[in-house]
Amino acid sequence: MKAIALDHIEHALPDANRDKKILYWLSSVDHKAIGKMYLLAALLFFIVGGSEAILMRTQLAVANNHFLPPDAYNQIFTMHGVTMIFFVMMPALLGLTVYMVPLMIGANEMAFPRLNAFSFWITFFGGLLLYFSFAAGGAPNAGWFNYAPLNQQKYSNSQGINYYAMGLLLGGIGSVTTAINIIVTILKLRVKGMTLKRLPLFVWMALVNSFLIIAALPSLNAALSMLLLDRLVEARFFNTNVGGSALLWQHLFWMFGHPEVYILILPAFGIYSEVFQVFSQKRIYGYVFVAASTVAIGLLSFGVWAHHMFAAGLGNTVNGFFGASSMLIGIPTGIKIFNWIGTMYGGRVRLTTSMLFAIAFLIEFTIGGLSGIEFSIVPIDWQLTDSYFVVAHLHYVLLGGSLFGLFSALFYWFPKITGRLLDEKLGKLFFWLFTLGFNLTFFLQHILGLMGMPRRVYTYQSIPYYTLLNLLSTVGAYLMGISVMVLLYNIYKTMNAKINENKDPWNAFTLEWYAPSPPREKNFVDVPVVTSRRPFWDLKNPDNRDYD
Amino acid sequence: MLFYWGNLIKISPDIPLQSVLRSSSQQAEEINRVANYFYLAAGFILVVVAASTAYVIYRFRENKTEAPTKSLGRKWETFMIGIPSLLVVVFLYLNIRTINSVEPDWRGHDPDAVITAHQWWWQAYYPGSKVVTANEIHLPAGRKILLRLLAADVIHDWWIPQFGNKMDMIPAQENYLWITIKRPGEYYGICSEFCGAQHAHMRLKIIAQTEEDYKNWLLHDQQSVTNLSMAGGARLFMEKTCGNCHRINGTEAKGIVGPDLTHLASRQTLLAGLLENNIENLENWIKDPQRIKPGAYMPDFHLDDTTVTSIATYLNSLK
Repeated sequence: MKAIALDHIEHALPDANRDKKILYWLSSVDHKAIGKMYLLAALLFFIVGGSEAILMRTQLAVANNHFLPPDAYNQIFTMHGVTMIFFVMMPALLGLTVYMVPLMIGANEMAFPRLNAFSFWITFFGGLLLYFSFAAGGAPNAGWFNYAPLNQQKYSNSQGINYYAMGLLLGGIGSVTTAINIIVTILKLRVKGMTLKRLPLFVWMALVNSFLIIAALPSLNAALSMLLLDRLVEARFFNTNVGGSALLWQHLFWMFGHPEVYILILPAFGIYSEVFQVFSQKRIYGYVFVAASTVAIGLLSFGVWAHHMFAAGLGNTVNGFFGASSMLIGIPTGIKIFNWIGTMYGGRVRLTTSMLFAIAFLIEFTIGGLSGIEFSIVPIDWQLTDSYFVVAHLHYVLLGGSLFGLFSALFYWFPKITGRLLDEKLGKLFFWLFTLGFNLTFFLQHILGLMGMPRRVYTYQSIPYYTLLNLLSTVGAYLMGISVMVLLYNIYKTMNAKINENKDPWNAFTLEWYAPSPPREKNFVDVPVVTSRRPFWDLKNPDNRDYD
Repeated sequence: MLFYWGNLIKISPDIPLQSVLRSSSQQAEEINRVANYFYLAAGFILVVVAASTAYVIYRFRENKTEAPTKSLGRKWETFMIGIPSLLVVVFLYLNIRTINSVEPDWRGHDPDAVITAHQWWWQAYYPGSKVVTANEIHLPAGRKILLRLLAADVIHDWWIPQFGNKMDMIPAQENYLWITIKRPGEYYGICSEFCGAQHAHMRLKIIAQTEEDYKNWLLHDQQSVTNLSMAGGARLFMEKTCGNCHRINGTEAKGIVGPDLTHLASRQTLLAGLLENNIENLENWIKDPQRIKPGAYMPDFHLDDTTVTSIATYLNSLK
């Protein structure tokens, strides 16, 4: 195999003033700098959103608690959801994608570097604008899905929901432009020989995910614009007192909202696919199945939104249809779980922190996935929707799925991004504390849901077992809080250590590890011609190359 | 001090455990049957995933194997599509069958009661008998009844865990719900769609009665108030404009914004299950509503103590 010069695409990388650090970050259009800023912004919002969760769990620790007044609690739970979904998960996953995709496909930049910077900054400012609402007289207080007509001026008369709409609009624009950028990058900038059938699975997921973003976000952006018109100039789209429709908002929101949860999980599926391969030292079991089932999930995701509305009185025919389509999603998702177990089968499994998060994900996500299928059975949904069972379910998929993926990626790619290995001992301590706290917090919430506790209550009356279960759930949340401190300390400690000599500490397979760790501003001086799905493996094992 | 228990806690009533797994209506029973099948299947899948994961990690751990050796065959791929697909087909069938049997078409049937949800209380109206009441809803047990569910302001959600299904109550929309309560008794529920500041204190109680008791109750509650003297609290009630929002059947008070107070003293709790119904709590509420239930629409009229006491005494006499 011969190395070729990278000549088919050369971006003139805009020159920032390197002597001034802040100006460098502000003006950089380097996909790695932007990726890092996405990740740091996500970390910042994660700490804020996590603190909000701690406040909520403190309020709910005992019955009839007066730690937070009702309106403060309602603002905080709203901000927790909005922050975690739009300003933690989205920027973290998109930032990782923007950082890794060019490296994994052997490119030196994104297709549109300036658009990339625009996307980051507009998303970041969207988040800041959302938080400015606290200073402007009150944060949004109608929940992250912000149902009409509670979101109307009459029922929520602080400025909070205006900031919600504007903040999410900016974030939404940023996500769409990033998605366009990612698609063009993947389709146009791949190194010679990397056909679509040889794309690393992380890149496959990023590609499908970007199409989902482009198709799903406009529905949200339209709804948010209509809401702003309602609140600022009385357009009355959602004002039920004068002929507006409450359900219109729900349809528009969930037409975005359900694909959104797949937007949050698909990049994580990509991360797991890479991690399971590398830490089993084996190729993925069923590459085509993983890629094709992702496309299937992507397509199905647009026909399932009304399963959030089974209790809205849409009628048995509509409910039956959406129940069926939602249940079908279980098949391609289930296939993936078996693909990952199959990947470990026969391999050489190394239980690093990254791998531990991936393995724990298999179990946590199965629990969250099964309770998800449970909600596709309409009568059971009627019983459990809007209860704490839903809170448990959604955290099992969003934390057990997406966040575990991000932690797995953090430990896997940290040496790539910084050239330094995170401390494995502290990493494992973090893993066990977090996993224990997570299950303690959220598993019990299934039971609370079955005991009739509705979600989004700022307090509850004295009912047998409520205080006990809620208190344990709060203890779990504190455990997660402590474990995140361990993680932050680990990062701080590692950043002060010196750079590792070995650019490829995990014996990885894909091209990003072929570049130096950390990568130089220009990723590759040369890249190998790709002849299989594991180009870097081929390069390291010329006698034992893949053929596919 | 981190945790502060106000005086409220001592007087807020305890509520017995309400579990969705206990079926107190025919609908809940059917739903729980499907749910039990599902928990069996889900438990099986979870055990398979957990066991195979544990086996693979143990069997192929790094200090046991030198280099990757073998791989799963292709036939497993067919297997892992087959099993979930089969389960999906089974549950699709159960799903459709249960939907149709739990919530058959309501068109052509008259509702037995009309429930309207407000921020943050429940109004019940019984067509044909003119009875209007709040928060404690009497229903007959032993026969299939139809509820019409409405909302006055934002979206609320009807949920009595032991009766099974929820139903959203959406402004400018009519939703219907069938219930067949199995036995007389008291059942508790709570609004389940986030509806603003006091969503947490929007409880409701169902008092299920035998057909005979239910009819008697309807007859009793149809009566207007008997004490029509306009002395003391009754006069103050009118003077202080309480009647603009509240109705007391048989008097000049005809407001429909707040809960109907005609037979207030026959209810066990105040403020949608927040407080026990006694004269002390009534006084506290009238004196300073925003301290008891912040955000509620009841204004603070800055009444002096004697006025409060006589109004509370009057209300407490409305059996």
